[in-house]
Amino acid sequence: MSTPLLHVNHLEKYYQKTHILHDVNFELNTGEVLTLLGPSGSGKSTLLRCLNGLEAYQQGSITFDGQAVTQKPKQWQQLRQQIGMVFQSYDLFPNRNVLENILLGPLKVQKRTRAAVLPEVQQLLEQVGMADYANAYPRQLSGGQKQRIAIVRALALKPKLMLFDEVTASLDPEMVRDVLNIIRQLADSHAMTMLVVTHEMDFAKQISDQVLFLADGRIREQTPGKQFFEQPQTERAQNFLASMDF
Amino acid sequence: MAHSGIDVLTAGSNFSRLLGGLWVTIKIALIAIIIGLIIGVLLGILRTLPNRPLRFILRLYLEFFRIVPTVVLLFLFYYILPKEFNVNLPADAVATLVFALWVAAEMTDIVRGALESVPQHQKEAGQAIGLTYWQLQRYVLIPQAWPLCLPATVNLMTRVVKTTSLLMLISVMDVINIGQQIIEANNKTAPNGVFWIYGIIFIFYFMINYPLSRWAKHLNKRRLEANH
Amino acid sequence: MSSWAIIQQSLPLFQKGFFITLKLAALGILGAIVVGSICSLIQYFKLPLLNPLVTIYTEIARNTPLLIQLFFLYYAFPQLGLRLTASQCGIVGLIFLGGSYMAAGFTGGFEGISSSQLEAGQAIGLSRWQLARYVVLPQGLALSVPALAANIIFLIKETSIFTVIAIPELTNTALDLIGMYYHTNEYLVVLVVAYAIILIPLSLILTYLERRVRYGTFGN
Ligand SMILES: Nc1ncnc2c1ncn2[C@@H]1O[C@H](COP(=O)(O)OP(=O)(O)O)[C@@H](O)[C@H]1O
Ligand SMILES: [Mg+2]
Repeated sequence: MSTPLLHVNHLEKYYQKTHILHDVNFELNTGEVLTLLGPSGSGKSTLLRCLNGLEAYQQGSITFDGQAVTQKPKQWQQLRQQIGMVFQSYDLFPNRNVLENILLGPLKVQKRTRAAVLPEVQQLLEQVGMADYANAYPRQLSGGQKQRIAIVRALALKPKLMLFDEVTASLDPEMVRDVLNIIRQLADSHAMTMLVVTHEMDFAKQISDQVLFLADGRIREQTPGKQFFEQPQTERAQNFLASMDF
Repeated sequence: MAHSGIDVLTAGSNFSRLLGGLWVTIKIALIAIIIGLIIGVLLGILRTLPNRPLRFILRLYLEFFRIVPTVVLLFLFYYILPKEFNVNLPADAVATLVFALWVAAEMTDIVRGALESVPQHQKEAGQAIGLTYWQLQRYVLIPQAWPLCLPATVNLMTRVVKTTSLLMLISVMDVINIGQQIIEANNKTAPNGVFWIYGIIFIFYFMINYPLSRWAKHLNKRRLEANH
Repeated sequence: MSSWAIIQQSLPLFQKGFFITLKLAALGILGAIVVGSICSLIQYFKLPLLNPLVTIYTEIARNTPLLIQLFFLYYAFPQLGLRLTASQCGIVGLIFLGGSYMAAGFTGGFEGISSSQLEAGQAIGLSRWQLARYVVLPQGLALSVPALAANIIFLIKETSIFTVIAIPELTNTALDLIGMYYHTNEYLVVLVVAYAIILIPLSLILTYLERRVRYGTFGN
């Protein structure tokens, strides 16, 4: 790959006076999976939110798909169609059924026609095993089902990059595997470029092309996938992996 | 209780005059509510914008209408519009204007509160799929805020209906004013008439407000159930 | 005469009205709190006979205007042999109206207690009365404080309606002065300022209380 899909350059983020992210640098190539690991409170969510324009950052730059990203709301609104994000708390819209949740973006944001979108959505729903639930309301679904729909809702915009923020952290153990399998499938058979925050270490080890280890808002290790798990360099990373019972 | 009193209700055209007055009352309440709701919803949405001066002005508007009693608001507009602004409106138009501005003020707070109680995550999920500000309002925030607003809005309506009793103070020919005329006209022959006339007006008000407040209660219960 | 002189001349009368407003409001509000708490307890324990009576009372009081309630007390009740002074009518009317609002406020507080709290109390074997004494009342009263404050503000404003039975409170004072001397602007300004002096501090307290309850720091 010549130019990376995403390039983060000297990113600095503050909440008021608190310095949250310190000089974050990394690149992500098309088709690659980057996992972002680190203890709770290390700034993983904050970084992801900066990458989707939900948070402003104070210094540094982001380049996406060859284009310098400013912090203008208008530009972010355009970019978000290409950068899908899935949250820990699913956040389906309770006032809309499954299909309406999924169609909102393609129809209203991208102004595509229902006839064009529907077959794609149908296929995505089948892919995640939710084809029978198109007319269900979020409150009728289990956590795992909601999360699968939330993933479809993001994919329906045909993004070039997907951000996953601890999407299995609120799920019962038996549901976790289903959701992880969907993400794995996206990486394997669709070559989706992804940035994944997770506490599922087995999964992270299988899926990662690249690992960023974050602690106290700084990148402490940046290694190819397997290497991080087999030979963590820093003591913090060793402790982190030990605490993960891995 | 003398029996002559109740006859005052039915004598001549008294009852239909009372109904006529009631219609004036209802009409003013209805128009004020409709105008007030429209203005209030729009201003309520504006109050959720991060624009400080705008929020301050709208807050001031709300607090003024909250702190000054409605009787005083009526007199303020009744005396000051013609005197200082050379606007000569009939009394019922002044009353409609005051009530509409009051409803709008209260409504801004109901709408703002409901919009702000939609979880922040919902807003972010909407932004994450690229919705614009107004799309986010239209498809995500307002539909979720709407059921939260409804009970308070219906309660506000009952308050407006009750407040229309003040119309007589600025000489609008409402149901109470007409009632008083009838009482005075019959004071000699049927001193008990006062009991029946005020009684029927009391019942009129109850008949309008009771269903409304039951409805508000029902809506509130449904909202609470939907949350569980 | 300058506006300022007009205002200054009227101040003694307004001062009288100010204290009448405060006095009648205070008595009415105290009475309303007593009536309201009794009613809400009756409703909470669903006492037979009394409970339906309370329901009827609160529905009537809440769904009719204070102005008509006052007219009844002042003009119609003497026909039944019950003669009260205007001030007495005002206080009774305010208690009648306010009692129903206070009852709703307290009841709302009781209902706001989370069901897990009630279950926790039942789980350690508390009886219905013990549950009320140790769980429902202390927590419920704390939760109803914002409603209480809102009702107090509401009832103070309602005293302006006393003008219709010629009680010389603030609004009546202003209307009388306007009728006599026509200095409309000056008197209305004093009137609005007088209400602001009473109500702005209260409304600030209300905002503060609402915040505290929302963040659940009450009673801690
Ligand atoms: N809205 C906010 N305001 C202030 N500080 C925040 C906010 N959100 C997160 N933080 C702080 O930023 C740091 C990183 O948080 P976060 O990105 O959520 O960590 P992680 O996702 O790795 O657990 C934490 O110390 C957290 O307390
Ligand atoms: Mg996080």
